[in-house]
Amino acid sequence: MVESPSMTLPLAPARPLTALAAASRDVAAARLVALGDAARLVFRGREAAIGPAGEAFGVALPRESCRFNAAGGRFAFWLGPDEWLLLAPGAEAAPIFAAIEAATSGLPHSLVDVSARSVGIEIAGERAAFVLNQGNPLDLSLDAFPVGMCTRTVFHKAEIVLVRHAPDVFHIDVWRSFAPYVWELLEDARRELA
Amino acid sequence: MTNRFRTASGGRIDRAAPLSFRFDGQTYSGFAGDTLASALIANGVHLIGRSFKYHRPRGFLSAGSDEPNALVNVARDAARAAPNLRATQVELHEGLKAQSQNRWPSLSFDAGAVNDLASPFLPSGFYYKTFMWPAGAWKRFYEPKIRAMAGLGVAPELPDPDRYTQNHAHCDVLVVGAGPAGLAAALAAAESGAKVILCDEQAELGGSLLSEISATIEGQKATDWLAATLANLAGRDNVTLLPRTTAFGYFPHNLIALAERVTDHLATPGTALPRERLWQVRAREVVIAAGALERPLVFPDNDRPGVLLADSARTYANRYGAKVGERAVIFTACDAGYRAALDLKAAGVTISAIADLRAEVSGELPARALAAGIDVRPSTVLVGAKGRLRVSSAQLAKVKNGAVGPTETIACDSVLMSGGFTPSVHLFSQSRGKLVWDGAAGAYLPGTSVERERSAGACRGVHGLQRVLEDGYAQGEAAAKASRDHASPARGATPAPATPSRAFAANAEDLGSAGFIGATPHGRNPALAKAFVDWQNDVTSKDILLATREGMRSIEHVKRYTTTGMATDQGKTSNMNTLGIVSEALDTPVPKIGLTTFRPPFTPTTFGIFAGAARGDVFDPLRKTAIHDWAAEHGAAFEDVGNWKRAHYFPRAGEGGRMEDMHAAVARECKAVRASVGMFDASTLGKIEIVGPDAAEFMNRMYTNAWAKLEPGRLRYGVMLREDGFVMDDGVVGRMAADRFHVTTTTGGAPRVLAHMEDYLQTEWPDLDVWLTSTTEQWSVIAVQGPKAREVIAPLIEGIDLSKEAFPHMCVREGTILGVPTRLFSVSFTGELGFEINVPSTYGRAVWEAVYAAGERFGITPYGTETMHVLRAEKGYIIVGQETDGTATPDDANLGWAVGKAKKDFVGKRSLARDAMSAPDRRQLVGLKTTDPKVVLEEGAQIVADPSAPVPVPMLGFVTSSYHSAVLGRSIALAMVKGGRARIGQKLMVPMPTHAIEVEVVEPVFYDPKGERLNG
Repeated sequence: MVESPSMTLPLAPARPLTALAAASRDVAAARLVALGDAARLVFRGREAAIGPAGEAFGVALPRESCRFNAAGGRFAFWLGPDEWLLLAPGAEAAPIFAAIEAATSGLPHSLVDVSARSVGIEIAGERAAFVLNQGNPLDLSLDAFPVGMCTRTVFHKAEIVLVRHAPDVFHIDVWRSFAPYVWELLEDARRELA
Repeated sequence: MTNRFRTASGGRIDRAAPLSFRFDGQTYSGFAGDTLASALIANGVHLIGRSFKYHRPRGFLSAGSDEPNALVNVARDAARAAPNLRATQVELHEGLKAQSQNRWPSLSFDAGAVNDLASPFLPSGFYYKTFMWPAGAWKRFYEPKIRAMAGLGVAPELPDPDRYTQNHAHCDVLVVGAGPAGLAAALAAAESGAKVILCDEQAELGGSLLSEISATIEGQKATDWLAATLANLAGRDNVTLLPRTTAFGYFPHNLIALAERVTDHLATPGTALPRERLWQVRAREVVIAAGALERPLVFPDNDRPGVLLADSARTYANRYGAKVGERAVIFTACDAGYRAALDLKAAGVTISAIADLRAEVSGELPARALAAGIDVRPSTVLVGAKGRLRVSSAQLAKVKNGAVGPTETIACDSVLMSGGFTPSVHLFSQSRGKLVWDGAAGAYLPGTSVERERSAGACRGVHGLQRVLEDGYAQGEAAAKASRDHASPARGATPAPATPSRAFAANAEDLGSAGFIGATPHGRNPALAKAFVDWQNDVTSKDILLATREGMRSIEHVKRYTTTGMATDQGKTSNMNTLGIVSEALDTPVPKIGLTTFRPPFTPTTFGIFAGAARGDVFDPLRKTAIHDWAAEHGAAFEDVGNWKRAHYFPRAGEGGRMEDMHAAVARECKAVRASVGMFDASTLGKIEIVGPDAAEFMNRMYTNAWAKLEPGRLRYGVMLREDGFVMDDGVVGRMAADRFHVTTTTGGAPRVLAHMEDYLQTEWPDLDVWLTSTTEQWSVIAVQGPKAREVIAPLIEGIDLSKEAFPHMCVREGTILGVPTRLFSVSFTGELGFEINVPSTYGRAVWEAVYAAGERFGITPYGTETMHVLRAEKGYIIVGQETDGTATPDDANLGWAVGKAKKDFVGKRSLARDAMSAPDRRQLVGLKTTDPKVVLEEGAQIVADPSAPVPVPMLGFVTSSYHSAVLGRSIALAMVKGGRARIGQKLMVPMPTHAIEVEVVEPVFYDPKGERLNG
């Protein structure tokens, strides 16, 4: 192979929210954070594969609808009766992918690496739910949307996965090309907050 | 100007906070707590507008949202101008600027008032009967003129600089209206622990209590009880109080739309707060406590400025300290006239006479009026009023056995009228609840419910302060209980419990339910007397009678013929009187005539609140690829493809520094790809990962092609049909492993194709062990196309043997590019040697830049979608949605080769077997070459054999794609032509408006027909 000068340069990753997050105003009542890279895998499968997949991932896949399990800094989000989003912040997808494939070999399932498909946004603070409710029609009271809940839903016209980690802490997972749209509308909703 | 008509003391205005404001250019003063209406009245100003049709001078009729006359334009600047605001709802702030509307040149002299003299020629429905000649003049001349004359305000022409937000909220009990019933309901619900939202359209919560000066509740003055109750509610975590918030729409499943006016009342609103906020409230239970609206009396000249509703005049005096005049004549059909008379007299207004329509006048309030020395006249009507710009006298006459006696003129500067109160059933009616006529109450009241709501207080015919409070409390308590129990929707009327759960000791006058509907007798020439029913649309009792004479029987027909009740006030003051007039004219009871439907919005609502944040760049998601910013930095022009922004072409500075136009840029880009190498951002292609043991079987069923024998590592062009056999989508599919396919779709088709697949998988073949995952955004796709493509990427790729033999056309390999994992496709949509580099989109831009750098020595040329289109058209490659229109079979589109004839089944197979699907005269894809190579056909142009044939000229087909081909040095076109393949070699014509263009039908592949260039 011919050496090319560009090969000596490390390739820089580019994320869709970098510029928006840098220009963002700090609002204590609803802080916005662009979350870092993560391994994301979509696991789908028949009953037999569900247990082994969770074991290999290190987080049991929740069987209750719209709930997530967490262990060792990893998360398994229930998105459908046979569908989970597996999230490992800061991790590489390839070894996780290999481990789950090994554990579920021969069991009907599908595992797809979607690490680059979406990005994460954290919105935290006492008015976080108010800000989210400007583009999301769900009841975000703690009775209806408790800590530990996750669901695929919308923010304005974008599909998102919405997760509640703490009473005042929500995470959004949104497809990359929709992320600036969601971010800008979150910013708009925060404008009236000090 | 002084506040000459201000009371010496009292009211809820803040006399320590004077405000200056302008109306029609003149400066006035008022106080914090005033509305524009109350401040003008305190300044002696009653002339506020001109009527819709006759341009008659008009004053304030009411003090609330039912006001039909006092529509004004309030403007902070040229862009922040709101027309048609009711002055009775505009809160005064320092520097407020308001203007009257629908008058020229001025409010006191309005040239349009000539319409009033011409009124005999403008009867109801006049536009159905006149202005019919000459034909066509209605649209060009009459309608624009009439619209300009019959005006409301003028919308600002500048973009609205204000911000509007929308908020979704949920609660157990939503209480609409914060009068005594609503307050008691909110209190009851809140005390039971329910999550409560209490909204009211007014600036202050309290409703009718805000106008009380003598009533007491629980031993306190009503206003003190109000303050204590609001403090109680505000102190609870489970209660949200929303003043300045109108519940304007009741939608299915207890979704209520509230419009909150956030900053209009502020002198300096700032930029942080939205101007208005839409609340979309999903309430388990709703308590409607909308109160009642006072009804005017329909007598001649009842629209003179200075003629007001009696209880509104009382509100101006008691709540705002503003006297409507110095000498008032009162015309009443109920005790409200007496209550107003007593309160106004206490405020210093002389009450010249009370004309009472009723023969028998008894009870506490009339007795107190008599005791106060007021001239009370039973069986007396007003038959007219004088004073063009302000009422100056009223004409009274006795009525005996239906006959009107001689008139007596009494000088006055205001006339107060009361025909009783109409329960406000608008929101209940919007909820699709069924109204029932209550003969005793003389009103339509809420009957059968459809939604989970209940009415409380005056809006359901309950009267008397104590009963209203107790009803409100009982309904609030019941609503809270129902919200806890998840009780089934309330059905039927919800009568208050026999023994209210909480008693309120309240002391106030009870006006009862007495009143009058219809037109009062006047004995004047009916052709000349104008007794208004609908102030806002200028409808008189005469118009209603005309409609009945012309055969209208249903109230819906009367409404549309006369336009009564069709103005922006939705007939709040006019509906019941219209019914009364029609009922009498047709000698038919009111319930047999019906009631028109109330529709949202309750009061006019801004467009801004519906748009919310969805404007400008966030009107819709604007999707950009990871490579977008590079393209923008390199001068790309973009085009919209669905929600995506795609680089259209990359203009460069040409000779003399002038930027290339699209034609020049595309010609250069095309030549570069054919001669050396180009690169193209194909990231927007839809991608679906299809995984599972049954993946190949699923592919077999979804696509026309055969997949079972496709080896891992190979690509295949796939065609997908709808069930009807027509082409739905296409794309290149890579088999990554025995149980894994990397499917691509068209950019615009991605969501549709995934939904189509999921639909079949979930409903038809749930037995298949296969799952679909969208990977559109996982991968950036960089197409490198041209004879030098392999040389460009070779130095960057590791782990893949790129040699022609090891990696021929239509293969996929996994490896890395500069350390980034890639799925590398050898695929071409240009006809040249080509690769598509799929990399995780996080590295899309970095890899793109590396490829660009590596290609510099070959003059690598980034190209956009236009060049992509030309290059593929030169090769006769179709674009689904451009060559196909949803009626093309694979064979029509030259894709018959992609249909697996031996396959047992696939979606659309049975439809393809129909005779019509293989008829020889179906439109088929062909190429067209114009005889003159410089002429580029118009896409969409029709194709005929003989343009001079008699009309209708038989159409043979149409042009689907047409470009100038720089490489071929001539124009090319693709077309769908009837029996097209059999016409190859024939000359056809493409007729244009000025001439017809001769074309030759050719094979659709214009360049490298043998496909030798694909292999490099």
